[in-house]
Amino acid sequence: MKFSVIVDALPHLLGAAVTTIWISLLGVLLGQVIGVLVCVARQSGNRGLDMAGGVYVSFFRGVPLLIQLLLIYYMLPLIGIDVPPLVAAISALSLASGAYVSEIYRGSLNAVPHGQSEAALALGFSSATIWTRILLPQAFRFSVPALVNELILLLKASSLISVVGVAELTRTSQTISASNFRPLEIYLAAGVIYLAINSALALFGTLVERRLQQG
Amino acid sequence: MAVTDTPTASVQRVAAADDTAPMVTIRGVSKAYGSNEVLRDIDLTVNKSEVVCLIGPSGSGKSTLLRCINFLEVYDRGEIRIEGQLVGYSETTPRRRLSNAELRGLRRNVGMVFQQFNLWPHMTALENVAEALVQVRGLDKIAAAERARLMLARVGLADKADSYPSRLSGGQQQRVAIARVIAMEPHLMLFDEPTSALDPELVGEVLQVMRDLAAEGMTMVVVTHEMGFAANVADRVAFLDRGRIAAFGPPRQVFHESPEPRLTQFLQTYHERNSF
Repeated sequence: MKFSVIVDALPHLLGAAVTTIWISLLGVLLGQVIGVLVCVARQSGNRGLDMAGGVYVSFFRGVPLLIQLLLIYYMLPLIGIDVPPLVAAISALSLASGAYVSEIYRGSLNAVPHGQSEAALALGFSSATIWTRILLPQAFRFSVPALVNELILLLKASSLISVVGVAELTRTSQTISASNFRPLEIYLAAGVIYLAINSALALFGTLVERRLQQG
Repeated sequence: MAVTDTPTASVQRVAAADDTAPMVTIRGVSKAYGSNEVLRDIDLTVNKSEVVCLIGPSGSGKSTLLRCINFLEVYDRGEIRIEGQLVGYSETTPRRRLSNAELRGLRRNVGMVFQQFNLWPHMTALENVAEALVQVRGLDKIAAAERARLMLARVGLADKADSYPSRLSGGQQQRVAIARVIAMEPHLMLFDEPTSALDPELVGEVLQVMRDLAAEGMTMVVVTHEMGFAANVADRVAFLDRGRIAAFGPPRQVFHESPEPRLTQFLQTYHERNSF
Protein backbone atom coordinates (compact mmCIF):
# COMPACT_ATOMS: atom_id res chain seq x y z
CA MET A 1 0.00 0.00 0.00
CA LYS A 2 1.37 3.36 -1.01
CA PHE A 3 -0.75 6.18 0.22
CA SER A 4 1.13 8.71 -1.82
CA VAL A 5 -0.56 7.14 -4.86
CA ILE A 6 -3.92 8.10 -3.41
CA VAL A 7 -2.76 11.60 -2.63
CA ASP A 8 -1.56 12.05 -6.20
CA ALA A 9 -4.81 10.72 -7.67
CA LEU A 10 -7.10 12.49 -5.24
CA PRO A 11 -7.76 15.67 -7.27
CA HIS A 12 -8.81 13.55 -10.26
CA LEU A 13 -10.94 11.27 -8.12
CA LEU A 14 -12.70 14.15 -6.39
CA GLY A 15 -13.37 15.82 -9.73
CA ALA A 16 -14.87 12.56 -10.97
CA ALA A 17 -16.89 12.26 -7.77
CA VAL A 18 -18.47 15.62 -8.56
CA THR A 19 -19.50 14.21 -11.95
CA THR A 20 -20.98 11.17 -10.22
CA ILE A 21 -22.94 13.40 -7.86
CA TRP A 22 -24.46 15.67 -10.46
CA ILE A 23 -25.30 12.86 -12.85
CA SER A 24 -27.04 11.01 -10.01
CA LEU A 25 -28.86 14.11 -8.84
CA LEU A 26 -30.00 14.91 -12.37
CA GLY A 27 -31.07 11.29 -12.79
CA VAL A 28 -33.07 11.33 -9.58
CA LEU A 29 -34.63 14.73 -10.33
CA LEU A 30 -35.78 13.67 -13.80
CA GLY A 31 -36.77 10.37 -12.22
CA GLN A 32 -39.00 12.32 -9.81
CA VAL A 33 -40.79 14.01 -12.68
CA ILE A 34 -41.21 10.74 -14.56
CA GLY A 35 -42.19 8.93 -11.37
CA VAL A 36 -44.91 11.44 -10.47
CA LEU A 37 -46.32 11.41 -14.01
CA VAL A 38 -46.34 7.62 -14.17
CA CYS A 39 -47.87 7.38 -10.72
CA VAL A 40 -50.64 9.88 -11.56
CA ALA A 41 -51.24 8.06 -14.86
CA ARG A 42 -51.64 4.77 -13.04
CA GLN A 43 -54.02 6.25 -10.46
CA SER A 44 -56.02 8.29 -12.97
CA GLY A 45 -58.61 5.58 -13.53
CA ASN A 46 -57.88 5.59 -17.27
CA ARG A 47 -57.21 1.98 -18.23
CA GLY A 48 -54.90 2.78 -21.15
CA LEU A 49 -52.72 5.07 -19.06
CA ASP A 50 -52.69 2.58 -16.22
CA MET A 51 -51.53 -0.20 -18.53
CA ALA A 52 -48.86 1.90 -20.22
CA GLY A 53 -47.55 2.87 -16.77
CA GLY A 54 -47.61 -0.75 -15.66
CA VAL A 55 -45.58 -1.90 -18.66
CA TYR A 56 -43.09 0.89 -18.13
CA VAL A 57 -42.59 0.02 -14.47
CA SER A 58 -42.27 -3.71 -15.18
CA PHE A 59 -39.65 -3.15 -17.85
CA PHE A 60 -37.43 -0.75 -15.95
CA ARG A 61 -37.65 -2.70 -12.73
CA GLY A 62 -37.23 -6.06 -14.39
CA VAL A 63 -34.30 -5.41 -16.71
CA PRO A 64 -30.85 -4.78 -15.20
CA LEU A 65 -29.74 -1.18 -15.39
CA LEU A 66 -26.60 -2.17 -17.28
CA ILE A 67 -28.67 -3.76 -20.03
CA GLN A 68 -31.00 -0.74 -20.17
CA LEU A 69 -28.00 1.50 -20.51
CA LEU A 70 -26.47 -0.54 -23.30
CA LEU A 71 -29.82 -0.80 -25.07
CA ILE A 72 -30.26 2.96 -25.01
CA TYR A 73 -26.64 3.50 -26.05
CA TYR A 74 -26.62 1.04 -28.96
CA MET A 75 -30.24 0.97 -30.04
CA LEU A 76 -31.10 4.62 -30.41
CA PRO A 77 -28.43 5.29 -33.07
CA LEU A 78 -30.04 2.52 -35.14
CA ILE A 79 -33.22 4.56 -35.42
CA GLY A 80 -31.20 7.66 -36.31
CA ILE A 81 -30.89 9.19 -32.83
CA ASP A 82 -27.25 9.73 -32.06
CA VAL A 83 -26.82 9.89 -28.29
CA PRO A 84 -23.67 11.11 -26.58
CA PRO A 85 -22.64 8.75 -23.74
CA LEU A 86 -23.59 11.30 -21.10
CA VAL A 87 -27.13 11.67 -22.43
CA ALA A 88 -27.56 7.91 -22.68
CA ALA A 89 -26.30 7.55 -19.13
CA ILE A 90 -28.60 10.21 -17.68
CA SER A 91 -31.59 8.89 -19.66
CA ALA A 92 -31.05 5.37 -18.40
CA LEU A 93 -30.68 6.49 -14.80
CA SER A 94 -33.77 8.75 -14.97
CA LEU A 95 -35.95 6.15 -16.63
CA ALA A 96 -34.94 3.48 -14.16
CA SER A 97 -35.32 5.72 -11.15
CA GLY A 98 -38.68 6.95 -12.51
CA ALA A 99 -39.98 3.41 -12.40
CA TYR A 100 -38.92 2.94 -8.78
CA VAL A 101 -40.05 6.40 -7.72
CA SER A 102 -43.50 5.89 -9.23
CA GLU A 103 -43.89 2.76 -7.10
CA ILE A 104 -42.69 4.62 -4.01
CA TYR A 105 -45.28 7.33 -4.65
CA ARG A 106 -47.99 4.77 -5.33
CA GLY A 107 -47.38 3.20 -1.96
CA SER A 108 -47.27 6.58 -0.25
CA LEU A 109 -50.48 7.74 -1.92
CA ASN A 110 -52.23 4.67 -0.61
CA ALA A 111 -51.02 5.66 2.84
CA VAL A 112 -52.85 9.02 2.64
CA PRO A 113 -56.23 8.48 4.32
CA HIS A 114 -59.24 8.70 2.03
CA GLY A 115 -60.74 11.45 4.21
CA GLN A 116 -57.96 13.82 3.15
CA SER A 117 -59.19 14.15 -0.42
CA GLU A 118 -62.80 13.81 0.68
CA ALA A 119 -62.52 16.92 2.83
CA ALA A 120 -61.16 18.83 -0.16
CA LEU A 121 -63.80 17.40 -2.46
CA ALA A 122 -66.54 18.48 -0.05
CA LEU A 123 -65.14 22.02 -0.05
CA GLY A 124 -65.34 22.19 -3.84
CA PHE A 125 -61.69 21.63 -4.80
CA SER A 126 -60.92 20.59 -8.37
CA SER A 127 -59.26 17.21 -8.92
CA ALA A 128 -56.05 18.88 -10.07
CA THR A 129 -55.90 20.98 -6.90
CA ILE A 130 -56.53 17.93 -4.73
CA TRP A 131 -53.54 16.27 -6.38
CA THR A 132 -51.15 19.19 -6.17
CA ARG A 133 -52.15 20.60 -2.77
CA ILE A 134 -53.38 17.66 -0.72
CA LEU A 135 -52.27 14.27 -2.05
CA LEU A 136 -48.82 14.75 -3.55
CA PRO A 137 -47.37 16.90 -0.73
CA GLN A 138 -48.42 14.24 1.78
CA ALA A 139 -47.30 11.36 -0.41
CA PHE A 140 -43.97 13.14 -0.75
CA ARG A 141 -43.60 13.29 3.03
CA PHE A 142 -44.30 9.61 3.41
CA SER A 143 -41.80 8.99 0.59
CA VAL A 144 -38.79 10.84 1.96
CA PRO A 145 -37.08 7.82 3.56
CA ALA A 146 -37.66 5.69 0.47
CA LEU A 147 -36.58 8.51 -1.84
CA VAL A 148 -33.30 9.04 0.02
CA ASN A 149 -32.76 5.31 -0.18
CA GLU A 150 -33.46 5.48 -3.91
CA LEU A 151 -30.94 8.32 -4.32
CA ILE A 152 -28.28 6.27 -2.54
CA LEU A 153 -29.01 3.22 -4.70
CA LEU A 154 -28.90 5.36 -7.82
CA LEU A 155 -25.60 6.92 -6.84
CA LYS A 156 -24.09 3.49 -6.47
CA ALA A 157 -25.73 2.27 -9.67
CA SER A 158 -24.22 5.24 -11.50
CA SER A 159 -20.90 3.36 -11.42
CA LEU A 160 -22.40 1.25 -14.22
CA ILE A 161 -22.36 4.16 -16.63
CA SER A 162 -18.57 3.81 -16.70
CA VAL A 163 -19.12 1.17 -19.42
CA VAL A 164 -20.23 3.78 -21.94
CA GLY A 165 -17.17 5.90 -21.19
CA VAL A 166 -18.56 8.65 -18.97
CA ALA A 167 -15.68 9.82 -16.77
CA GLU A 168 -17.42 9.48 -13.43
CA LEU A 169 -15.79 8.12 -10.29
CA THR A 170 -15.61 4.45 -11.26
CA ARG A 171 -14.45 5.09 -14.81
CA THR A 172 -11.80 7.54 -13.61
CA SER A 173 -10.56 5.01 -11.05
CA GLN A 174 -10.20 2.44 -13.81
CA THR A 175 -8.29 4.88 -16.00
CA ILE A 176 -5.91 5.93 -13.22
CA SER A 177 -5.20 2.40 -12.01
CA ALA A 178 -4.56 1.30 -15.59
CA SER A 179 -1.80 3.88 -15.87
CA ASN A 180 -0.20 3.66 -12.41
CA PHE A 181 -0.83 -0.06 -11.79
CA ARG A 182 -2.03 0.57 -8.21
CA PRO A 183 -5.68 -0.63 -8.48
CA LEU A 184 -6.01 -1.50 -4.80
CA GLU A 185 -5.19 1.97 -3.51
CA ILE A 186 -7.25 3.71 -6.16
CA TYR A 187 -10.38 1.54 -5.77
CA LEU A 188 -10.06 1.79 -2.01
CA ALA A 189 -10.03 5.56 -2.29
CA ALA A 190 -13.02 5.45 -4.68
CA GLY A 191 -14.89 3.22 -2.23
CA VAL A 192 -14.26 5.65 0.62
CA ILE A 193 -15.48 8.55 -1.50
CA TYR A 194 -18.72 6.69 -2.39
CA LEU A 195 -19.20 5.87 1.27
CA ALA A 196 -18.64 9.50 2.30
CA ILE A 197 -21.13 10.81 -0.24
CA ASN A 198 -23.79 8.27 0.71
CA SER A 199 -23.30 8.84 4.43
CA ALA A 200 -23.82 12.55 3.82
CA LEU A 201 -26.99 11.75 1.85
CA ALA A 202 -28.30 9.51 4.61
CA LEU A 203 -27.65 12.25 7.16
CA PHE A 204 -29.37 14.79 4.93
CA GLY A 205 -32.33 12.43 4.65
CA THR A 206 -32.60 12.12 8.41
CA LEU A 207 -32.54 15.90 8.79
CA VAL A 208 -35.27 16.39 6.15
CA GLU A 209 -37.41 13.73 7.80
CA ARG A 210 -37.04 15.33 11.19
CA ARG A 211 -37.89 18.71 9.69
CA LEU A 212 -41.01 17.35 7.99
CA GLN A 213 -42.20 15.60 11.11
CA GLN A 214 -42.67 18.95 12.78
CA GLY A 215 -45.39 19.75 10.26
CA MET B 1 -69.02 32.68 21.38
CA ALA B 2 -71.17 32.98 24.46
CA VAL B 3 -74.51 32.72 22.69
CA THR B 4 -76.36 29.62 23.80
CA ASP B 5 -79.46 28.03 22.47
CA THR B 6 -82.24 30.21 23.80
CA PRO B 7 -85.93 29.78 23.10
CA THR B 8 -85.91 33.09 21.20
CA ALA B 9 -83.22 31.83 18.88
CA SER B 10 -85.24 28.78 17.92
CA VAL B 11 -88.38 30.85 17.49
CA GLN B 12 -86.47 33.15 15.14
CA ARG B 13 -85.18 30.17 13.24
CA VAL B 14 -88.60 28.69 12.70
CA ALA B 15 -89.98 32.09 11.72
CA ALA B 16 -87.23 32.62 9.18
CA ALA B 17 -87.85 29.22 7.71
CA ASP B 18 -91.55 29.71 7.15
CA ASP B 19 -91.41 32.29 4.41
CA THR B 20 -88.78 30.66 2.23
CA ALA B 21 -88.29 27.53 0.15
CA PRO B 22 -86.72 24.50 1.86
CA MET B 23 -82.93 24.20 1.97
CA VAL B 24 -82.93 20.45 1.35
CA THR B 25 -85.66 18.25 -0.04
CA ILE B 26 -85.09 14.53 -0.14
CA ARG B 27 -87.72 12.51 -1.97
CA GLY B 28 -87.89 8.75 -2.38
CA VAL B 29 -84.14 8.29 -2.01
CA SER B 30 -82.90 4.71 -2.05
CA LYS B 31 -79.49 3.18 -2.20
CA ALA B 32 -78.29 -0.41 -2.27
CA TYR B 33 -74.95 -2.14 -2.18
CA GLY B 34 -75.83 -5.22 -4.20
CA SER B 35 -78.81 -6.76 -2.42
CA ASN B 36 -78.14 -4.82 0.78
CA GLU B 37 -80.51 -1.85 0.87
CA VAL B 38 -78.86 0.83 2.99
CA LEU B 39 -81.45 3.54 2.26
CA ARG B 40 -85.09 2.78 1.52
CA ASP B 41 -87.42 5.40 0.16
CA ILE B 42 -86.25 8.28 2.34
CA ASP B 43 -88.30 11.49 2.44
CA LEU B 44 -86.96 14.44 4.41
CA THR B 45 -87.21 18.20 4.20
CA VAL B 46 -84.83 20.58 5.91
CA ASN B 47 -85.93 24.19 6.06
CA LYS B 48 -83.61 27.16 6.08
CA SER B 49 -82.01 27.86 9.46
CA GLU B 50 -83.28 24.56 10.75
CA VAL B 51 -81.22 22.01 12.69
CA VAL B 52 -82.12 18.41 11.89
CA CYS B 53 -80.44 15.59 13.77
CA LEU B 54 -80.21 12.10 12.35
CA ILE B 55 -80.02 9.45 15.04
CA GLY B 56 -80.12 5.70 14.98
CA PRO B 57 -78.09 2.55 15.58
CA SER B 58 -74.90 2.02 13.62
CA GLY B 59 -75.60 0.63 10.19
CA SER B 60 -79.00 2.32 10.09
CA GLY B 61 -77.95 4.44 7.10
CA LYS B 62 -77.77 7.84 8.78
CA SER B 63 -74.19 8.61 7.70
CA THR B 64 -74.89 7.29 4.21
CA LEU B 65 -77.91 9.56 3.92
CA LEU B 66 -75.87 12.55 5.08
CA ARG B 67 -73.12 11.80 2.57
CA CYS B 68 -75.68 11.55 -0.23
CA ILE B 69 -76.67 15.17 0.40
CA ASN B 70 -73.35 16.46 -0.99
CA PHE B 71 -72.97 13.40 -3.21
CA LEU B 72 -69.88 12.01 -1.54
CA GLU B 73 -72.07 8.93 -1.64
CA VAL B 74 -74.10 8.12 -4.76
CA TYR B 75 -77.82 7.45 -4.34
CA ASP B 76 -79.58 5.21 -6.83
CA ARG B 77 -83.22 6.26 -6.85
CA GLY B 78 -85.21 9.31 -5.84
CA GLU B 79 -83.91 12.83 -5.73
CA ILE B 80 -82.14 15.23 -3.41
CA ARG B 81 -82.38 18.96 -4.02
CA ILE B 82 -80.45 21.73 -2.32
CA GLU B 83 -82.07 25.13 -2.80
CA GLY B 84 -83.95 23.60 -5.71
CA GLN B 85 -80.85 22.29 -7.44
CA LEU B 86 -80.75 18.55 -8.12
CA VAL B 87 -77.78 16.92 -6.37
CA GLY B 88 -75.48 14.64 -8.35
CA TYR B 89 -77.52 14.23 -11.53
CA SER B 90 -78.47 16.23 -14.60
CA GLU B 91 -82.07 17.44 -14.92
CA THR B 92 -82.44 15.54 -18.20
CA THR B 93 -84.33 12.27 -18.69
CA PRO B 94 -82.74 9.81 -18.41
CA ARG B 95 -80.62 11.53 -15.85
CA ARG B 96 -76.86 11.49 -16.12
CA ARG B 97 -74.53 11.32 -13.14
CA LEU B 98 -72.54 14.53 -12.74
CA SER B 99 -68.76 14.52 -12.61
CA ASN B 100 -66.82 15.87 -9.66
CA ALA B 101 -66.03 18.96 -11.73
CA GLU B 102 -69.76 19.59 -12.26
CA LEU B 103 -70.46 19.10 -8.55
CA ARG B 104 -67.98 21.78 -7.46
CA GLY B 105 -70.50 24.61 -7.72
CA LEU B 106 -72.89 22.86 -5.37
CA ARG B 107 -70.28 21.60 -2.92
CA ARG B 108 -68.71 24.99 -2.31
CA ASN B 109 -71.99 26.03 -0.70
CA VAL B 110 -72.38 22.89 1.40
CA GLY B 111 -69.91 22.47 4.24
CA MET B 112 -69.10 19.12 5.76
CA VAL B 113 -67.57 18.25 9.12
CA PHE B 114 -66.21 14.73 9.46
CA GLN B 115 -65.90 12.33 12.36
CA GLN B 116 -62.13 12.10 11.84
CA PHE B 117 -61.75 15.90 11.31
CA ASN B 118 -59.74 15.30 8.11
CA LEU B 119 -57.53 18.31 8.64
CA TRP B 120 -54.55 18.38 6.30
CA PRO B 121 -51.55 17.50 8.45
CA HIS B 122 -49.01 19.31 6.27
CA MET B 123 -50.69 22.67 6.83
CA THR B 124 -51.04 24.82 9.94
CA ALA B 125 -54.49 25.53 11.38
CA LEU B 126 -54.48 28.85 9.54
CA GLU B 127 -53.43 27.27 6.26
CA ASN B 128 -56.10 24.60 6.63
CA VAL B 129 -58.75 27.30 6.87
CA ALA B 130 -57.26 29.56 4.20
CA GLU B 131 -56.63 26.87 1.59
CA ALA B 132 -60.17 26.56 0.23
CA LEU B 133 -60.57 30.34 0.27
CA VAL B 134 -57.62 30.56 -2.14
CA GLN B 135 -58.26 27.44 -4.22
CA VAL B 136 -62.04 27.54 -4.42
CA ARG B 137 -63.15 31.09 -3.61
CA GLY B 138 -60.21 32.66 -5.44
CA LEU B 139 -59.16 35.03 -2.64
CA ASP B 140 -55.58 36.24 -2.67
CA LYS B 141 -53.34 34.80 0.02
CA ILE B 142 -53.36 37.84 2.29
CA ALA B 143 -57.14 38.23 2.27
CA ALA B 144 -57.56 34.50 2.81
CA ALA B 145 -55.19 34.48 5.78
CA GLU B 146 -56.98 37.46 7.29
CA ARG B 147 -60.36 35.77 6.94
CA ALA B 148 -58.96 32.48 8.23
CA ARG B 149 -57.71 34.27 11.35
CA LEU B 150 -61.19 35.67 11.97
CA MET B 151 -62.73 32.23 11.59
CA LEU B 152 -60.26 30.67 14.01
CA ALA B 153 -61.14 33.40 16.48
CA ARG B 154 -64.81 32.51 16.05
CA VAL B 155 -64.16 28.96 17.19
CA GLY B 156 -61.92 30.22 20.00
CA LEU B 157 -58.60 29.20 18.47
CA ALA B 158 -57.00 32.50 17.46
CA ASP B 159 -53.87 31.56 19.38
CA LYS B 160 -53.48 28.24 17.55
CA ALA B 161 -53.25 29.71 14.04
CA ASP B 162 -49.67 28.57 13.51
CA SER B 163 -50.03 25.14 15.10
CA TYR B 164 -50.01 22.01 12.99
CA PRO B 165 -52.96 19.64 13.54
CA SER B 166 -50.70 17.09 15.24
CA ARG B 167 -50.12 19.65 18.01
CA LEU B 168 -53.84 20.15 18.66
CA SER B 169 -56.26 18.14 20.78
CA GLY B 170 -59.11 16.34 19.04
CA GLY B 171 -61.56 19.01 20.13
CA GLN B 172 -59.32 21.77 18.81
CA GLN B 173 -58.84 19.92 15.53
CA GLN B 174 -62.56 19.57 15.09
CA ARG B 175 -63.05 23.27 15.80
CA VAL B 176 -60.44 24.08 13.13
CA ALA B 177 -62.35 21.79 10.77
CA ILE B 178 -65.52 23.74 11.54
CA ALA B 179 -63.68 27.04 10.97
CA ARG B 180 -62.47 25.69 7.63
CA VAL B 181 -66.07 25.11 6.61
CA ILE B 182 -67.69 28.29 7.93
CA ALA B 183 -64.98 30.38 6.25
CA MET B 184 -66.60 29.35 2.97
CA GLU B 185 -69.95 30.82 4.11
CA PRO B 186 -71.89 27.64 3.37
CA HIS B 187 -75.67 27.75 3.02
CA LEU B 188 -75.87 24.36 4.64
CA MET B 189 -73.61 22.39 6.97
CA LEU B 190 -73.45 18.63 7.27
CA PHE B 191 -71.97 17.06 10.40
CA ASP B 192 -71.02 13.38 10.31
CA GLU B 193 -70.70 12.26 13.94
CA PRO B 194 -68.54 15.29 14.75
CA THR B 195 -67.87 14.28 18.35
CA SER B 196 -67.67 10.49 18.07
CA ALA B 197 -63.87 10.42 17.79
CA LEU B 198 -63.37 12.75 20.76
CA ASP B 199 -62.47 12.01 24.33
CA PRO B 200 -65.55 12.66 26.47
CA GLU B 201 -64.10 15.78 28.11
CA LEU B 202 -63.55 17.40 24.67
CA VAL B 203 -67.05 16.85 23.34
CA GLY B 204 -68.48 19.93 25.05
CA GLU B 205 -66.29 22.50 23.32
CA VAL B 206 -67.26 21.21 19.88
CA LEU B 207 -70.97 21.03 20.73
CA GLN B 208 -70.76 24.60 22.01
CA VAL B 209 -69.43 25.83 18.66
CA MET B 210 -72.24 23.94 16.93
CA ARG B 211 -74.80 25.47 19.28
CA ASP B 212 -73.47 28.93 18.44
CA LEU B 213 -73.80 28.20 14.74
CA ALA B 214 -77.36 26.99 15.21
CA ALA B 215 -78.20 30.13 17.17
CA GLU B 216 -76.80 32.25 14.35
CA GLY B 217 -79.25 30.61 11.97
CA MET B 218 -77.03 28.11 10.17
CA THR B 219 -78.94 25.29 8.48
CA MET B 220 -77.49 22.07 9.84
CA VAL B 221 -77.96 18.36 9.32
CA VAL B 222 -76.22 16.49 12.10
CA VAL B 223 -75.59 12.77 12.43
CA THR B 224 -74.94 12.32 16.12
CA HIS B 225 -74.96 10.03 19.09
CA GLU B 226 -75.21 13.03 21.42
CA MET B 227 -78.83 12.70 22.47
CA GLY B 228 -78.57 15.75 24.70
CA PHE B 229 -77.57 17.88 21.73
CA ALA B 230 -80.35 16.43 19.60
CA ALA B 231 -82.90 17.03 22.34
CA ASN B 232 -81.83 20.60 23.11
CA VAL B 233 -80.63 22.06 19.82
CA ALA B 234 -82.43 20.21 17.02
CA ASP B 235 -85.63 21.61 15.59
CA ARG B 236 -86.47 18.16 14.36
CA VAL B 237 -85.03 14.71 14.85
CA ALA B 238 -85.12 11.78 12.44
CA PHE B 239 -84.63 8.28 13.79
CA LEU B 240 -83.28 5.92 11.16
CA ASP B 241 -83.55 2.20 11.41
CA ARG B 242 -82.45 -0.29 8.76
CA GLY B 243 -82.40 2.34 6.04
CA ARG B 244 -85.80 3.88 6.82
CA ILE B 245 -86.87 6.95 8.73
CA ALA B 246 -88.80 5.23 11.49
CA ALA B 247 -89.68 8.34 13.48
CA PHE B 248 -89.51 12.03 12.67
CA GLY B 249 -90.57 15.20 14.41
CA PRO B 250 -89.64 17.74 17.08
CA PRO B 251 -87.25 16.26 19.67
CA ARG B 252 -89.83 16.16 22.45
CA GLN B 253 -92.18 14.13 20.29
CA VAL B 254 -89.50 11.73 19.00
CA PHE B 255 -87.85 11.19 22.35
CA HIS B 256 -90.94 10.93 24.53
CA GLU B 257 -94.05 10.25 22.48
CA SER B 258 -93.00 7.95 19.67
CA PRO B 259 -94.70 4.55 19.64
CA GLU B 260 -91.89 3.07 17.53
CA PRO B 261 -90.52 0.07 19.51
CA ARG B 262 -87.11 0.14 17.79
CA LEU B 263 -86.68 3.74 18.90
CA THR B 264 -87.63 2.93 22.48
CA GLN B 265 -85.14 0.10 22.43
CA PHE B 266 -82.44 2.36 20.93
CA LEU B 267 -83.00 5.09 23.52
CA GLN B 268 -83.01 2.51 26.28
CA THR B 269 -79.38 1.57 25.49
CA TYR B 270 -78.45 5.24 25.89
CA HIS B 271 -80.16 5.53 29.24
CA GLU B 272 -78.40 2.42 30.45
CA ARG B 273 -75.02 3.56 29.23
CA ASN B 274 -75.34 6.98 30.81
CA SER B 275 -76.60 5.82 34.19
CA PHE B 276 -73.90 4.50 36.41
